[in-house]
Amino acid sequence: MTGEGIRQAIIEIIKEIVPDEDLSGIDPEKPLRDQIDLDSMDFLDIVMELRKKYRVEVQEKDYGELATMNSTINYLLPKMESL
Amino acid sequence: MRYDVVIIGAGVSGIAAGIRLAHFGKKTLILERHYRVGGLNSFYRAGGYDLDVGLHAITNYDEKWPKSAPMARLLRRLRIRKEELGLFPQRSSRIAFPGVNIDFTNNYKTFVANASAIFKGQERGLLKLALMAEELYRDGYRTDITSAREVLSGVITEPLLVEMILCPLMYYGNPEEDDMDYAQFALMFKSIFIEGFARPRQGVRPILDLLVRRFEQGGGRLRLRSGVKRVQVENGSVAGVILDDGERIECDVILSSAGLLETVMICPESKPADMDIKPGRMSFAESISILDRPAAEMGVESTIIFYNDSEKLVYRKSEEPVDVRSGVICVPGNFLYDEPIKNDMIRFTNIANPDYWENVDDAEYEAMKELWRNKALDVAGDLLADSFNLRELMERMVFTDTFTPRTLHRFTGHINGAVYGSPVKIRDGRTAVDNLYICGTDQGFLGIIGAMIGGVEMANYGFGAGVAG
Repeated sequence: MTGEGIRQAIIEIIKEIVPDEDLSGIDPEKPLRDQIDLDSMDFLDIVMELRKKYRVEVQEKDYGELATMNSTINYLLPKMESL
Repeated sequence: MRYDVVIIGAGVSGIAAGIRLAHFGKKTLILERHYRVGGLNSFYRAGGYDLDVGLHAITNYDEKWPKSAPMARLLRRLRIRKEELGLFPQRSSRIAFPGVNIDFTNNYKTFVANASAIFKGQERGLLKLALMAEELYRDGYRTDITSAREVLSGVITEPLLVEMILCPLMYYGNPEEDDMDYAQFALMFKSIFIEGFARPRQGVRPILDLLVRRFEQGGGRLRLRSGVKRVQVENGSVAGVILDDGERIECDVILSSAGLLETVMICPESKPADMDIKPGRMSFAESISILDRPAAEMGVESTIIFYNDSEKLVYRKSEEPVDVRSGVICVPGNFLYDEPIKNDMIRFTNIANPDYWENVDDAEYEAMKELWRNKALDVAGDLLADSFNLRELMERMVFTDTFTPRTLHRFTGHINGAVYGSPVKIRDGRTAVDNLYICGTDQGFLGIIGAMIGGVEMANYGFGAGVAG
């Protein structure tokens, strides 16, 4: 999976969790929480979906890596490249 | 077949937990003894009509849908859009005590204005109560303050207003007698007075259908007519369940929504050693009457009426078969729907004595139901004479069905038909057996929305952390 593929996968997951949010104008460098209304439970749901859909584990100590879209992609790239 | 999780009981909390577990990718089975889902919030058919068992109104309805509110947070966890619930808000409800009525809507300001017009100087106290309720919701459950009456009387200086505030909150969710746990009070205060009432036009059934669909789409399996006779424990941990017909099902984890004492009955090992679990004592008799015209045409303006015939509310197990001194009247037609409901009806709820109704002779059961129903309506009719003519309304009833604690016990399995469960609540659901958790009523989450929140929290608590770690 490429960086772009991962970005789309993340967008798909967020869409499932918060169907009412507009995700078209997300700035990849800014914190996701500042742009869409996500609480800590929503982040847990993202982690859970990553595990369910792609068998990717995100350790609790790494949750901070999911702050922005770009940091999320950079973090997941080595884990998802081979998918 | 081995399951990750078996959920005992297909009530609202059990199904909500199931949906969430399906999100977590757990292989989940829900076992329900009855032939229908819903538990305390189920529905039934009588006289050719679809009738709801528990639902008067859904609470926590906030018109503005703030994302931090309980309802919005809950729906998000279940991935249900608010439109899918098809809720319509109430018109206005009434707390009626002798000579004093307070009407309230889904806007707390109406309640404050109406109450402080009657009870001078109480406005500050009423605003403070709202702040305190919001504070408790934000900061989480607390166990250091226990008596709602104590807190209330420190804030509201008119004893009659204290009783009037407690009346709807106790009737809609107090498992205790006389007083109410403060945290429970604050959550109920927010969900009823600050947020408010709504109802789906067709009652509870579409919501149950939606929940079951969501659960099955997520890969969960639901089995009806499958009561659990025994939970099997090996080395202090869950091994599986044995059904009424002897079938054995293996699983790693069990969530039981059967009730705390009811769970101990099928799994004696689960009883916490130092805990004295008392069965709930609060149960109710309820009559549902189909009307030949809208109740509003007969002068019933309110959506729900909470009444009491004296200045002091007596909320405790009834000495008489039915305590006729107080009650709740709900008019499902008086929500602000987009189109009228199919059948106009009116519901009457009173506190009832479980022992009497469990033991009354079969031959007398129907006659006694009618006798006590009429006694209750007499008292309500006199008390509410300034609102509408109840005797005239009774002539417009084309069909009436009454259920009692006996009925509730039979169909929900809750001892004493105690709809709000045991006064002992286990917030984190833990029992003395590893991997056996309580969810639902005896976890302390009441009402349809509460039950769903409880189920979701339990699933998050048991498995969210596992996913994270």
